[in-house]
Amino acid sequence: MSDVQKMTDSLEEKEERAQQYLSFLLGDEEYGVEILRVQEIKGWDSVTHIPNSPHYLCGVLNLRGTIVPVVDLRLRFDMPARVYTPTTVVVVLKVEGIASRTVGIVVDGVSDAHNVLPEEIKPAPDFGVSINTNFITGLVSIEENMMMILNIDSLLSVEALG
Amino acid sequence: MAKILAVDDSASMRQMVEFTLKAAGHTVTDAVDGKQALDIARTQSFDLVLTDVNMPIMDGLALTKALRALPSFKFTPILVLTTEAGMDKKQAGRAAGATGWLVKPFNPEQLLATIKKVLD
Amino acid sequence: MSIDISQFHDVFFEESFEGLDAMESGLLNLDVGAADVDAINTIFRAAHSIKGGAGTFGFMDVSKFTHVMETMLDEMRNGDRDVTEASTNLLLDAVDVLREMLTAVQQKVETDDERIADVRQKLEVMMAGELDPESAITFAADAENTPLSERADMVLGWKIDFRPHRHLFQTGNDPVRIFRELASLGELSAEVNDDKLPLFSYLDPEESYLAWVLTLRGNVAETDVMEIFEWVDDDCDLTISRLTDYSATPTSEVQLANASSEPVTEVPTPSQETTAIVALPETAPNIAATPAAAKTKVSPATTAAASIRVGTDKVDSLINMVGELVITQSMLSQIGDNFTPEMLPQLIDGLAQLERNTREMQEGIMRIRMLPISFAFNRFPRLVHDMTNKMGKQVELKLTGEQTELDKTVMEKIGDPLVHLVRNSLDHGLETPEVRLAAGKNETGLLQLKAFHQGGNIVIEIHDDGAGLNEDKILAKAIEKGLVSENDVMSPEKIHELIFLPGFSTADLVTDVSGRGVGMDVVRKNINSLGGTVEVVSKRGEGSIFTIRLPLTLAIMDGQTIRVGGENYIIPLISIIETLEIKATDMKPVSGKGELYKLRDEYVPIIRLYSVFNLSPHITDIEQGLLVIVEGEGQKVGLFIDDLLGQQQVVIKSLETNYRKVVGVSGATILGDGTVALILDVPGVMALYRDPSLSKPVLNDDRAA
Repeated sequence: MSDVQKMTDSLEEKEERAQQYLSFLLGDEEYGVEILRVQEIKGWDSVTHIPNSPHYLCGVLNLRGTIVPVVDLRLRFDMPARVYTPTTVVVVLKVEGIASRTVGIVVDGVSDAHNVLPEEIKPAPDFGVSINTNFITGLVSIEENMMMILNIDSLLSVEALG
Repeated sequence: MAKILAVDDSASMRQMVEFTLKAAGHTVTDAVDGKQALDIARTQSFDLVLTDVNMPIMDGLALTKALRALPSFKFTPILVLTTEAGMDKKQAGRAAGATGWLVKPFNPEQLLATIKKVLD
Repeated sequence: MSIDISQFHDVFFEESFEGLDAMESGLLNLDVGAADVDAINTIFRAAHSIKGGAGTFGFMDVSKFTHVMETMLDEMRNGDRDVTEASTNLLLDAVDVLREMLTAVQQKVETDDERIADVRQKLEVMMAGELDPESAITFAADAENTPLSERADMVLGWKIDFRPHRHLFQTGNDPVRIFRELASLGELSAEVNDDKLPLFSYLDPEESYLAWVLTLRGNVAETDVMEIFEWVDDDCDLTISRLTDYSATPTSEVQLANASSEPVTEVPTPSQETTAIVALPETAPNIAATPAAAKTKVSPATTAAASIRVGTDKVDSLINMVGELVITQSMLSQIGDNFTPEMLPQLIDGLAQLERNTREMQEGIMRIRMLPISFAFNRFPRLVHDMTNKMGKQVELKLTGEQTELDKTVMEKIGDPLVHLVRNSLDHGLETPEVRLAAGKNETGLLQLKAFHQGGNIVIEIHDDGAGLNEDKILAKAIEKGLVSENDVMSPEKIHELIFLPGFSTADLVTDVSGRGVGMDVVRKNINSLGGTVEVVSKRGEGSIFTIRLPLTLAIMDGQTIRVGGENYIIPLISIIETLEIKATDMKPVSGKGELYKLRDEYVPIIRLYSVFNLSPHITDIEQGLLVIVEGEGQKVGLFIDDLLGQQQVVIKSLETNYRKVVGVSGATILGDGTVALILDVPGVMALYRDPSLSKPVLNDDRAA
């Protein structure tokens, strides 16, 4: 889209094309997921460990009667683990695959909701990024930071969970 | 409109008949066999009786005979619903005192046209 | 007005399938030698209803097929045809075909036309043996009696001499209505003839004395006129003659004593066969399945899943329970509003009441899904009858406890395993009459299916007094397949267990009946997946008993909570045999086989749960922990745990919905404190023990970094 067009787009038209993303932090890095995929955000609660599961699977918790697996995203990304504190947060997501599943991820904290226009999303480079690019659908500049948009369907697929 | 007693041991037939007649504005009472119909008939009168022939406990012909013995049903139109169109079956119906018959299978339009013949 | 009668189709299908079941059991129970007329009548009526309904709702193929059956049954009930083994068997086949046809129409799939035609032909052939050419078998036969010919030219009208007989009113007919009908055809005028009318004082108002000469003007077909009189033509003198310009003198006179034309209701186009057999497809609107080159096998059971029929008594009692729950809730709410420590005893009472209410409701609701096992047992009389015919064996089937209730879904899934076990008994267990006599047994074998409740479970036993399991043959086969070595010493019970191993079938030939390689292992797997167990007890020469134990419902289970390595797990109570504290002296490490525990007269492998689950153990000393002896897939093992906690009923939640299948875990549950506890799968734990590689989490190539 040309610069001229961008300028002449009315504010409403921009809003219509924008998608909302929820961003959260892991250490210094900012990640985003489509807000439509976020089912809820809850504080950290005790999980039940599953024997012989991958180290990044914390376990399962009870979400109003449904059993939901919880993945520690730090460990999933091979980052050093962090102790869970009262501010630790579980983002409950709707993951698509052969069937829809509900999966929670543990993050350091939730940041903000951002409106992002499709043209603002840049493809992820093959290098210089700390995580496997299969899991990133793109990068967005938010003020001075870079938000990496996660592809949760492949990150949290059934195969990925162990 | 008319007050009709419909007797048939088949639920799907009863439903179809009841729905059709009610849609035409009639009031319908149903019974699953002759005996139940007779019990009902002893307590109320009707403008028309529609009865299947083959039913357990008391069949349509026995019911017709029994109804004719009741004072309030002496002249009430009774139509038997029969799948058998042979003469002997009709004779049997007539001998029992039936007013007429309707041959199965019939559709709702035929049902309504036939009962019009016997309603005032 | 046009009414859509397809809304009544479901009811029609439901009652027709019930009718077919009634026909089937009626036919099976018919005494070939001394057939009970009432029984035949019931079977006839069922066929008759189906035929009528099918015709009414437009399923003409079904109606016509049923018609042939109905005719045969009609002859049987009138005594015009003998009830023979051959005819009942053929009618049973016809019931099957009809079931398939109805299912096909209901599910809107194609039918197996070859089979339908084959059975129909057999029926026709059997009927043809004693065919009465006079009898009108098709309902298109009416059309063979051609109505009086209509003149092609214009009709001016008709003169009708109509003299009702005295008792006409007593058939509920009324000349006034007849005139009304006539008047709708054309211009009607009437002259009354009252010469038979008596003096008023002798007049009986219930009798008809009058006669009329009616003149109907208009281009009206004679058949239309006659149709109006068809109900009364026996109860009157009727003369219909054509009007000409000289209206007083008719050109032709036709005396009608008995109308021979048939009612003009919709009749399918006449069959083109002259033998009175229904055969050809007709052109009338037809909702029957279209014939197809491919023959799809239609299964009736699959559509039934969506709904349940519940007795109103069950619903009423639930409503009562809800009422009590509401009372308890408001009582607790009151206590909560102004709580003081003195009210503690009341609170405890209230909570106890709440527990009672909830438990009652839980049981009540579960009962809604429960149906008597007769639904699963019902197919067996037919199955046994057909199979024993094919095999030339004589078997008496006895069913006990058919009213025992179990969960609908469990029942649907237990059907196939039961069939397999019954077939197995009939095929391999029960012997032919000759063999039985030679063995000093009664010619007729006995096959019993028993169902009863036992401690929160339903037990189904399949007894046969046949030859029992052949240990030599089984052992030989197992050795041949390398499942056991020649040197193994095996007790008869151990040998019996071998039949549950995968790929095991001792059928010499793959019979159509049961030896298709769908072995006992599949039966056991299916039963296990329902949370149940299956075992066999057998005595050579005397017979076998297969015992199936099933939980009453899939979703709720009795569990024993245990603690190991700092984690809590739940073991299904149904798998637990006993729990023991053991001494080191009772334990034997065996190189290559792990640790064994001497349990009375057998050795049982010890599985250290913390080890297979890779937990950091809290207790490792065998004398400090507990050994839970459990059973899975016919084998006993001892699970070494830290401690036993409580027993409770748990609601089984799926782990796989959002996560995946975990070896050793069958599901999860939510405890009273809201935390999740995993439910152990004993066979899975045993598999982990045998093959630890199953426990390694799959590391994908998609390492995140």
